[in-house]
Amino acid sequence: MISISEQLLENVREHGIRDYPYECCGLLLGRYEADAKVVRETYPISNAREESAKRNRFLIQPEELMRGERYARSNELEVVGFYHSHPDSPARPSQYDLEHAWPTYSYIIVATSEGHSGDLYSWEQEPDRSKFNPEEIRIIRG
Amino acid sequence: MPVTITIPAPLRQFAGGQSQIVVEAKTAGEALDLLTSTHAALRRHLFNDQNVLRNFVNVYLNDEDIRHASGPATPVKDGDTIMIVPSIAGGAVIESEVGQTLPELSNEEILRYSRHLIMPEVGMQGQRRLKAASVLMIGTGGLGAPVGMYLAAAGVGRIGIVDFDVVEESNLQRQIIHGTKDLGRRKIESARDRLRDINPHIEIETHETRLTSHNAMRLFRNYDIIVDGTDNFPTRYLVNDACVLSGKPNVYGSIFRFEGQASVFWAEKGACYRCLYPEPPPPGLVPSCAEGGVLGVLPGIVGAIQANETIKIILGAEDLLINRLLLFDAWPMKFREFKLRKDPKCPVCGEQATIKELIDYEEFCGVAAHQAPQPDAKLEEITATELNARRLRGEKIQIIDVREPHEFEIARIPGTKLIPLGHVVGRMNEIDPEIDTIVHCKGGVRSAKAIQALKRAGYSGRLINLKGGITAWSEDVDPRVAKY
Repeated sequence: MISISEQLLENVREHGIRDYPYECCGLLLGRYEADAKVVRETYPISNAREESAKRNRFLIQPEELMRGERYARSNELEVVGFYHSHPDSPARPSQYDLEHAWPTYSYIIVATSEGHSGDLYSWEQEPDRSKFNPEEIRIIRG
Repeated sequence: MPVTITIPAPLRQFAGGQSQIVVEAKTAGEALDLLTSTHAALRRHLFNDQNVLRNFVNVYLNDEDIRHASGPATPVKDGDTIMIVPSIAGGAVIESEVGQTLPELSNEEILRYSRHLIMPEVGMQGQRRLKAASVLMIGTGGLGAPVGMYLAAAGVGRIGIVDFDVVEESNLQRQIIHGTKDLGRRKIESARDRLRDINPHIEIETHETRLTSHNAMRLFRNYDIIVDGTDNFPTRYLVNDACVLSGKPNVYGSIFRFEGQASVFWAEKGACYRCLYPEPPPPGLVPSCAEGGVLGVLPGIVGAIQANETIKIILGAEDLLINRLLLFDAWPMKFREFKLRKDPKCPVCGEQATIKELIDYEEFCGVAAHQAPQPDAKLEEITATELNARRLRGEKIQIIDVREPHEFEIARIPGTKLIPLGHVVGRMNEIDPEIDTIVHCKGGVRSAKAIQALKRAGYSGRLINLKGGITAWSEDVDPRVAKY
């Protein structure tokens, strides 16, 4: 389960709309607690990706992730997951996403179209890597 | 050497909850091997089935990516730290792949596709996607030939072919999927045999039918991608609309003489064919390849582009021919490209679409009305057999051939006078209005136009159209006259 405030979810949606028709992405920073990941902050990653990064479809390079992790640590947070948008496509992970993910992290996907955001779901990988499971999103007060 | 490995938070559950583990190793690779031998559950998240570090998993030795050093062989020193950092993947989905497990490749297939597999843009994953994909080709003619052959060779797992024709001699100049031995065979059978020969690992499904408004939705439902290799406007609009209504990408190509076009019409992502051409041209304005000719290699080039885009769609590539119309002219050897834009008022894919189901495309393109006898035109006709009978009886008639001089060189009906369609009105005084005049062309369309033009210009004599043109003459009267 992932706990997150309305405001932070709204940040994710707005980022998706802003970057349409391109994909947006960012980190979810928070804490791993006993029954849920609690998101305290969203950390947008620049969309200024290099051509090669676009082609191999990696949205967040390890250097960027490490920078995000350093920032998180300085605020006593951890990376608990990621978000990205699927422009004009369903908010479901692809086979490609599955093979490039780790369990435990939350992967929030938001469907976007011109000026709008659609479905928003969070996904968590099965520990044996076989599939993604939809993850319950619990709305908390920011 | 004792080195410290930092375990990323999500993987700690597979490492006994520890955030740091110290191992004794000489290289980074050895350190990871030791780590994953003590914590076996960790291994599958770092290494793939081939025991290679997963491509999104990055290993940093004291802040340097070991891929930029000596990879797993990078030596480690006492007190070094190793960090494991993922890259985060994204990318929208081809709808059909969601929830689907991709088929495995046999060793034979791995060998066959090795030139694909060694490119990261394809790789095992991409080749398995190709195997899982299904493509429906409309037509096995000039465009369908290279499309089918390259898709089969590339390992597209299931290929459907729709055609109702038989292989004729005049096809072989460009339809390289068929051979001389196939003359007279049904095209779908000839194409199926050729594709099976190219690749026995794939499924070929044949649909011997004309594509119609009644069967299109049902046929399209079972395929991921539709490739349009048709040669006429009604079917082109039908393919477009059925693709829009069923949400499938339409990989489009068309050819005429030396010029070709290609695009990917995918309404969910960009313009459709109707956004580009809302209305068909008036019937008869754009000649078909049978009338205007086509360079045999042209469909080879355009069809190969269609096959290329189809494969890219399956692989999830970017930079498809979406919202782009590629124009190719083989004579000056030039490619040009036009940007297309989705028309918000498009009747089939626009915001307020009015077309919600397939319509009568013959009627939409005015073909039915064009072919039906026009009451006001009063076109008088004669068959080749009747014409021959009149000649044999020694009747005084004149025959005007309105084709082009280069066609006249290929074949002619003896005793005819050549006045190409474009000159027929200007040279009207060469036609004697006192005797009956038979007008002919290759198939009967241009000669009908010539008769109309002469009548409008005030020609007073009797004009009779030869039904089926010189082709009918060759079939019904004199087989020595070559068909083309």
